[in-house]
Amino acid sequence: MIYLDFIIGHLNYWLFIVLMMTGLYIVVARGNLVKKIVGLNIFQTAVFMLYISIGKVTGGTAPIYPVDNQGHMQVDPSIIYSNPLPHVLILTAIVVGIATTSLALALIIRIREVYDTIEEEDILEIERKLSAADNKTHGPAMGGRA
Amino acid sequence: MSAADPHYVAKTFMDHLPILQVVIPLISAPLIIFIGNRKLAWIIAMIASAAAFVIACLMLAQVKDGSFISYHIGGWAPPLGIEYRIDALSAFVLMLISGIATIVLPYAYTSVKSEIPKRLHTLFYALFLLCLTGLLGMVATGDAFNVFVFLEISSLSTYVLVAMGAGKDTRALTAAYDYLIMGTIGATFFVIGLGLLYMTTGTLNIADLADRIANQGANRTVQAAFTFIVVGMGLKAAMYPLHHWLPNAYTYAPSAVTTFLGATATKAAIYVLLRFMFSVFSPGFHFEDWTLYLIFIPFSLLAMFAASFVAVFQTNLKRMLAFSSIAQIGYMLLGIAMLNATGLSASIVHLVNHGMTKAALFMGVGAMVLYSGSAFFDNLNGLGRKMPFTGAAMVAAGLSLIGVPGTAGFISKWVLVQAAFENGWWIIAIAIMLSSLLAVIYVWRMFEVLYLTAPAEDCTATDPPLPMLIPMLILAFACIWFGFDTELTLGSARVAAEGLLAGSAGMAH
Repeated sequence: MIYLDFIIGHLNYWLFIVLMMTGLYIVVARGNLVKKIVGLNIFQTAVFMLYISIGKVTGGTAPIYPVDNQGHMQVDPSIIYSNPLPHVLILTAIVVGIATTSLALALIIRIREVYDTIEEEDILEIERKLSAADNKTHGPAMGGRA
Repeated sequence: MSAADPHYVAKTFMDHLPILQVVIPLISAPLIIFIGNRKLAWIIAMIASAAAFVIACLMLAQVKDGSFISYHIGGWAPPLGIEYRIDALSAFVLMLISGIATIVLPYAYTSVKSEIPKRLHTLFYALFLLCLTGLLGMVATGDAFNVFVFLEISSLSTYVLVAMGAGKDTRALTAAYDYLIMGTIGATFFVIGLGLLYMTTGTLNIADLADRIANQGANRTVQAAFTFIVVGMGLKAAMYPLHHWLPNAYTYAPSAVTTFLGATATKAAIYVLLRFMFSVFSPGFHFEDWTLYLIFIPFSLLAMFAASFVAVFQTNLKRMLAFSSIAQIGYMLLGIAMLNATGLSASIVHLVNHGMTKAALFMGVGAMVLYSGSAFFDNLNGLGRKMPFTGAAMVAAGLSLIGVPGTAGFISKWVLVQAAFENGWWIIAIAIMLSSLLAVIYVWRMFEVLYLTAPAEDCTATDPPLPMLIPMLILAFACIWFGFDTELTLGSARVAAEGLLAGSAGMAH
């Protein structure tokens, strides 16, 4: 069955899409700031997996050349190696992801100190009051974000 | 230069300019933190960004005739090695970014003192330089994945810089958080696009990508990659429906940060958008043409009207200018969507002209906030009369924002209207003029507050100290100067636009 082949042959992409949409959905749907970051992490991890899965070459082994005792690489053209480049790229992307996560968590701590909550709804409520107070003293402004 | 001979090894100082452009601010940032002295921090930041500006000018002088510089990092030849590639467009944008950074720093010295707690000053300058590094790197690099890395360097430091406004208004924190979530989604979309491109072509070098896509023709994966890249970068550039993060981030960030971001961050994203839409995917790619006509034009028109309209009803001057930025980005995207050389040069010129104009305006607001404490209109009453030079700079920049003849803003709008006529789109030409009328309304509101209302009786405001005033006056002067002398701006933009429209051929080794 060609149809089944299509589904199984693209398994990594299906999983990537499911994981990516799960992450993105959590970012959008969850009100808790920490949960949003978890969603963001899942979303990013999905992309890491996409990259790593496309680096796989059928029958390929780890891309490490054996070295003889003089330190010269023994390159054997008959051996198939997987593509190492996506892995390297993703190492960079993982570092970026960690930096983003830690910065976001630091921001959440500051938000918690100031607003005493990390629920989006409560924060929006407090901010609505703040801008209502602004409007009262400085005249009404058109709200929203266009 | 090295383009002629693939095995040429960079030897002289001039050969290393493309990498020095990025490395000088990158090295200076940790240096500032290690030294940990507030005064020295400012001096180092100033030297680093001035050096970056000089380098950008030197490189623009080399590539102004339409040639390009290709720099091989570590001597590894592209496409295997990472390449930095400077052509007219990138040199022009590099000059804008480093120029604005250099001019913002003297201003920042005083402004930061009053807006950011003392213990954070050293970190502020380090982050400022990191943000500069990221923006310069995005523009200088010729490697697609490198764009992502630099994009994240600049974004991460931007989030912190925005959050530094928390001392004045706690909403800076949530603005930074919103920006972080949306910026990360945008950057991740961009990486997905790159992944799909890598899947089909097996390369990440921008020139090589262009060649391989041109040979291969479009398939579904390439189209998906294009979509992801446009949406991801659109988020960073605050393209109309994706601009949600911008008003709050600009309103609550410290004045110096708003000035720098407003003039450079979205511009670098637009540069990447241009680079990918024209150099990587050539303009003959039908999917792209339809995207431009069906998505870019309606949304940029919407941005021009909706955002300007909202700007009219703001009571906070900084917020008003933020909304006006969204509208101005609409003009730039409209110029791209015209798909002709005139339209593209209009976008590129507007990128620079609007950068200078907005920087001058945000600086003016920042100077007034020093005395008034907030940027709400009723706190700024009559300040234009009390602060004559600041007021004058804001008037000049305000006129340029509207596009009054004799200012830089006029040149870019004029070229944009010309481009619309070239395509026979007279309705769009009329729309450009109508939306400029909305700009007249909101800029007039600013003038009215600054000049036509009486200042408070106990108002002690005077012009800010010279380090703040001089950058502002230089930028205001530039707004007028580039309204008459268009050789540098329009000339470089035309060369850049022709390079872009040549598509992948323009990227040939």
